[in-house]
Amino acid sequence: MEKRVVFNERWLPALLLLPQLAITTVFFFIPAGEALYQSLFRQDAFGLTMEFAGLDNFRVLFTDPGYLASFRTTAIFSVGVTVLGLSVALVLAWFADRLIRAKTTVRTLIVWPYAIAPAIAGVLWMFLFNPSLGLVSHWLKLLGVNWNYLLNGTQALALVTGIAAWKQISYNFLFFLAGLQSIPKALLEAAAIDGARSWKRFWSIVFPLLSPTTFFLLVINIIYAFFDTFPIIDAVTQGGPSKATEILVYKVYNDGFKGLDIGGSAAQSVILMVVVILLTIVQFRHVERRVSY
Amino acid sequence: MNFKSLTLTLLACGAISTASQATTTIQWWHAMTGPLNDKVNELANKFNASQTEYKVVPAFKGNYDETLAAGIAAFRAKEPPAILQVFEVGTATMMNSKGAIRSVATVMKEAGEKFDPKIYIPAVAGYYTSSKGEMLSFPFNSSTTVFYYNKDAFKKAGLDPNKPPKTWPELFADARKLKDVAHMTAFTTDWQAWVQVESFSAYHNTLYATKDNGFGGLDARLVFNTPLEVQHITNLQKMVQEGTFSYGGRKSESQAKFFTGECAMCMGSSSSLAAIRQNAKFNFGVAPLPYYPDAKGAPQNTIIGGASLWVMNGRPAAEYKGVAKFFSFLSKPEIQADWHQSTGYLPLTLAAYELTKKSGYYEKNPGADVSVQAMVVKVTNKSRGVRLGYLPQIRMILDEELEAVWAGKKAPKEALDEAVARGNEQLERFQKISGS
Repeated sequence: MEKRVVFNERWLPALLLLPQLAITTVFFFIPAGEALYQSLFRQDAFGLTMEFAGLDNFRVLFTDPGYLASFRTTAIFSVGVTVLGLSVALVLAWFADRLIRAKTTVRTLIVWPYAIAPAIAGVLWMFLFNPSLGLVSHWLKLLGVNWNYLLNGTQALALVTGIAAWKQISYNFLFFLAGLQSIPKALLEAAAIDGARSWKRFWSIVFPLLSPTTFFLLVINIIYAFFDTFPIIDAVTQGGPSKATEILVYKVYNDGFKGLDIGGSAAQSVILMVVVILLTIVQFRHVERRVSY
Repeated sequence: MNFKSLTLTLLACGAISTASQATTTIQWWHAMTGPLNDKVNELANKFNASQTEYKVVPAFKGNYDETLAAGIAAFRAKEPPAILQVFEVGTATMMNSKGAIRSVATVMKEAGEKFDPKIYIPAVAGYYTSSKGEMLSFPFNSSTTVFYYNKDAFKKAGLDPNKPPKTWPELFADARKLKDVAHMTAFTTDWQAWVQVESFSAYHNTLYATKDNGFGGLDARLVFNTPLEVQHITNLQKMVQEGTFSYGGRKSESQAKFFTGECAMCMGSSSSLAAIRQNAKFNFGVAPLPYYPDAKGAPQNTIIGGASLWVMNGRPAAEYKGVAKFFSFLSKPEIQADWHQSTGYLPLTLAAYELTKKSGYYEKNPGADVSVQAMVVKVTNKSRGVRLGYLPQIRMILDEELEAVWAGKKAPKEALDEAVARGNEQLERFQKISGS
């Protein structure tokens, strides 16, 4: 059923829409338009000379093995962050939901990391894992692991994936917990009476009923891994070693702000924008089809 | 707060702002951190106290990359600072952005300020001077590459603490001893691309790029993949495998490995002296970089690093007068001598060097003149410095390739060839954009 509010005047709905439209215009449409425009030009750092380049900036990108590698890195990274973040959060929520004592304390503790700024989280973990000073690195060395993420790309990628997932677990946890609490107790009780063990109840009842939440979180987490993890990468690895952790959004920054290649950087942002638009379309299509509010 | 006091506060604010309108404010954006940041503020305060017409306001804008990016964004928004500190690798970018900058020579002339380019140390000022002899930016903080070593560790390893390795083969031998006898990771380096490739090439009198390392034109291309450099990187890779070289990061992160005592030898910027002096709990020495004795022309001079101050276009005329006054102030021998002694940066003028020498500073602080000595050797066209477009990008490429070498993923020759090829793409792009 559709909910509909009818306005008698024309100006009121327009007025109510205005703040949101203004914000979207200033922070999205204008910068996005600018990026689109600049991606078609070759220009110097200060913007003194502009030369029309057509789609040349894009052509250069897609023939650059570094850019294609960055796509791969981003895919591994975002799948890693999403799978790790979702699964750990779900397990935590499952147990937190069944807690009897110290409920609030445990929940607060789990939600805590969300309040930490990503850059701080990065620095925090860097201290734990720094090859020469870190506490955890010290333990790893005792276990015989040759831990040095400054040179080992796999370790570096694993580390930033871990940090990014850890930051996002709290958020996922909150949604999963709310989802679990909205599952009717009667269903679970009926299943228990029928003799379903706890594991069976989880897979056959809880998990399917949680699927809208999971799907929503999946999209949110992928977008998070694509964009919001920038400060973590910047604080911990700066995209290194040898580009092992250079995800797409970090490459935009590296090429634009460090390399001063405004045109190429703008072209990359345009591609990123297309990716996000596609993700959003997928999200809405599925959300519309599967979830009833 | 009640209404009355609010009004009073507002009135007071108004009074202050009208009072400050009498002096011209000069924005100075910089990237100096820690003790260097304090020093920058001290310089500005001293200048402001010395006269009433102008007020220099320093603002920290992040590291060198971020400061340059901030300056560019501000210029594009038509609100540039009067003075912008740009690191030496950004020099070509600034030089080729003619409409964005105003040369120091012009600023001084227009302000009627006395200006004699000959008082500046040629190796330093030369880097920031155009081919026509016009000084473009003010060489504020110039450093060069030096070698730091832990004297206590040398003693422990049975080495002579007053004999740092003069050549690379000596360094390799010392490194093995340090590892086997003193049980230390022997060696680390800051700024690998600058120290181990750029400065290394100049020091061995071999070209980093054609056209005299870019001084001769925009069509310069990289050539740092000669057998000498390949041999050097191969040797360093061997050190990593032997466990005598511990890589610490692309910038100045490695010096922490030195002053915490993890590594006994470290190469880096002469301006790290202040930080090392502050943190090292052992006796340390400063020495010139080692060289390969079989390379012809080695040792030459090492290469300039650090940053210079660029004057940006698009400010009111009155501000440029103040900038000129400020540059004259910075050039004073006593100011320069103090800056040199407290930071480890090179003295900018010959007078400041003489003043420091006369004060007996070098006797009291052995090693502090290593950087100056390294720069006063007669400069050749191959060792004057590297002035290439997109040099920050090229350094990043080199960093990536070198990291692959240290990790054992790439052969040194392959990595350097790749770095040259990828770097040349950047140079071609720069040439296209800068159009000539």
